[in-house]
Amino acid sequence: MQKSLSIDPVKCTGCLQCEMACSYTHTGAINPSKSRIKVFSFEHEGRKVPYTCTQCSDAWCMHACPVDAIKLDALTGAKMVLEATCVGCKVCTIACPFGTINYMSDVGKVQKCDLCDGDPACVKACPTAAITYVDADWTGLDRMRAWAQRANAAAL
Amino acid sequence: MSWTRKILRVDLTAGTCTPEPLNMDWAFEYLGSRGLASKYLVEEVDPKVDPLSPDNKLIMSTGPLTGTMASTGGRYTVVTKGPLTGAIACSNSGGFFGAEMKFAGWDMIIFQGRSPKPVYLYLENDTAELRDAAHLWGKSTWHTEEAIKAAHQDPQIRVSSIGQAGENGVLYACVVNDLHRAAGRSGVGTVMGSKSLKAVAIRGTKGLAGIRDFPEFLKVTAEKKQILADNAVTGQGLPKFGTQVLMNVINEMGALPTRNHRDVQFESAGRISGEAMHETRASDGKTHLVTNAACFGCTIACGRISRIDETHFSVVNKPEYWGASGGLEYEAAWALGAANGVGDLEALQYANLLCNEVGMDPISFGATLGAAMELYDLGVLTAEQIGIEAPFGSAQALVTLAEMTAKGEGFGKELGQGSKRLCAKYGHPELSMTVKGQEFPAYDSRAIQGMGLAYATANRGACHLRGYTVASEVLGIPFKTDPLVTEGKAGLVKAFQDATSVFDAAGICIFTSFAWGLADIQPQIQAACEGDWSLDNLNLVGERIWNMEKQFNLAAGLTKKDDDLPPRLKTEPAKTGPAKGLVNGLDVMLPEYYELRGWDTEGVPRADTLERLGL
Repeated sequence: MQKSLSIDPVKCTGCLQCEMACSYTHTGAINPSKSRIKVFSFEHEGRKVPYTCTQCSDAWCMHACPVDAIKLDALTGAKMVLEATCVGCKVCTIACPFGTINYMSDVGKVQKCDLCDGDPACVKACPTAAITYVDADWTGLDRMRAWAQRANAAAL
Repeated sequence: MSWTRKILRVDLTAGTCTPEPLNMDWAFEYLGSRGLASKYLVEEVDPKVDPLSPDNKLIMSTGPLTGTMASTGGRYTVVTKGPLTGAIACSNSGGFFGAEMKFAGWDMIIFQGRSPKPVYLYLENDTAELRDAAHLWGKSTWHTEEAIKAAHQDPQIRVSSIGQAGENGVLYACVVNDLHRAAGRSGVGTVMGSKSLKAVAIRGTKGLAGIRDFPEFLKVTAEKKQILADNAVTGQGLPKFGTQVLMNVINEMGALPTRNHRDVQFESAGRISGEAMHETRASDGKTHLVTNAACFGCTIACGRISRIDETHFSVVNKPEYWGASGGLEYEAAWALGAANGVGDLEALQYANLLCNEVGMDPISFGATLGAAMELYDLGVLTAEQIGIEAPFGSAQALVTLAEMTAKGEGFGKELGQGSKRLCAKYGHPELSMTVKGQEFPAYDSRAIQGMGLAYATANRGACHLRGYTVASEVLGIPFKTDPLVTEGKAGLVKAFQDATSVFDAAGICIFTSFAWGLADIQPQIQAACEGDWSLDNLNLVGERIWNMEKQFNLAAGLTKKDDDLPPRLKTEPAKTGPAKGLVNGLDVMLPEYYELRGWDTEGVPRADTLERLGL
């Protein structure tokens, strides 16, 4: 079964444990500025929204890369940046409609979410289950269940 | 590791920023944050210094767990000599600023001297510059944060700043970071203002690699987070109701100081409680509370984010206050509400927003207003003097006087000097509900006896965050004690004070102590830091910090008479509730406390105590 990250902003408290876990997993240091998942704070609405790559099937970044440095991991569905091949041209960062692949000026390469080889660190770090890793074909299952429950309650 | 081992010294007089290595001998003796910054202050500042003179210093410091995955590991401390109290001032704050300082590669920033013109410090990793802040002077903390982010074209900068209160000499001005988190008490923002330092803006992209044993640290911090999640207070009560979970509980105990401590129960407590914040409003069909929110790294998430009622008289035609923002937390709800007899939740939130915006401590402001309302009630102060009718319970007076204090207008100037100076000026020093000149927080010590001793002996003046025996006396954490008796409280207060010193020095939030003991933070510190961080040593570190602060105060000229409560709490019995008929038994507890501390009968640490602690 292929899995996807599923994000429920309502549950996010903005603690940034996901950013710490992501950056540590990929760089060996706690460094939210290097995190591939970002939590956005919309102060006037009181909302916190974690956001990262959704791993498009027909990925703009992959098509745009002139040196084939972005490859599909067939097992997880993640689009992987091959750092050794990446030349840091940033065309992928222009191509991505969502802004979730970004340049790192200190190493001259791009980075994006790689789903941590199928065991995402952000998911394990999230204290409120705002980020979960679920069946890619059924990311709406929990919402369906909640509505089914309401429908059932209304029928009783 | 876990310290970055680097501090930044900013000489505001000379306009220079100079890196220095952290004194690691001191780090091993005082751990970090509150402990380590206080050590630097004690070593570098004459205790008799005028707090608002250039010779005072202002230190912002992280702890070794700041900027780590340890739950709540985002705190930083502001240490200085306080203008409200003349004692050592030490206020800590959450939000995201402290972690950013660490990620930029700094343990601590020491500000000394006084800038000839308003400036802010811009710190981007190794780059430190003082920038002109003339255009920010006179502006709020909210405006300042927004303007600095815009000027640097960097929305990811974290900002800590003072508002108009800190510029205008309000003696309980805060340093506010991330819009609504504050190093709130004792006037640390006033000192910052006296140095013409408007703000500190930090962007840190270096990160923190220096954890001594990363795999062990990840394992132990995950285990300890689970303890917080499984605990009824940190896992359920605080996320749902915030600290406001206490309003009804403390009121029922007859421990909610009301109308300047005339009463111990507030008839409208339910209307300003955490539960009330969840209720649907008639005016707009919304709840006051929007959501809970976390500071950096916090897995409790007690913070309140609320939306004020747009139709409320305080904010009509003021859309800048209509968005979601921080509050109400319990202490502010109490100080702005019960302390003045005001039961209007929306008015309290407006006053609270003003406090965040202009950077002033809502506890000291609210409690000072309570004293003014009592003076008004007694006929000592008139509506003409105050500028408005100010009976207990008047939401209009609360709102108007909060605005006047924020702007430094009229009678607001006098309120800005705090309760002690106000009551003394009008001939009733006995009505000032303060210790060492700092206003009480939200627990009446006639009904929670241990808190009387904790207030009287807190080194920064009356404070609930230095020895929160409410945990034991009310909530039964870590064990239940009878709140109405004095027996055993000296030992309880000492144990809480020493342990709290370690929590603060580590860089984590004291609210973890509802679920964690020192034995829970010990392995987190040990996994992160080199050195001996055994439980025995941590206990010693906590006691050492406490005694060091005490010695500073003694050298500053404070004496046993400053370890005292206002006469009201010792002579006027509680009128209602479980403590009806009781006064606080400080005079019984204090000698026992001095003895347990290894201090003489005047509250001076004995030579053998100092030697044992390496002081």
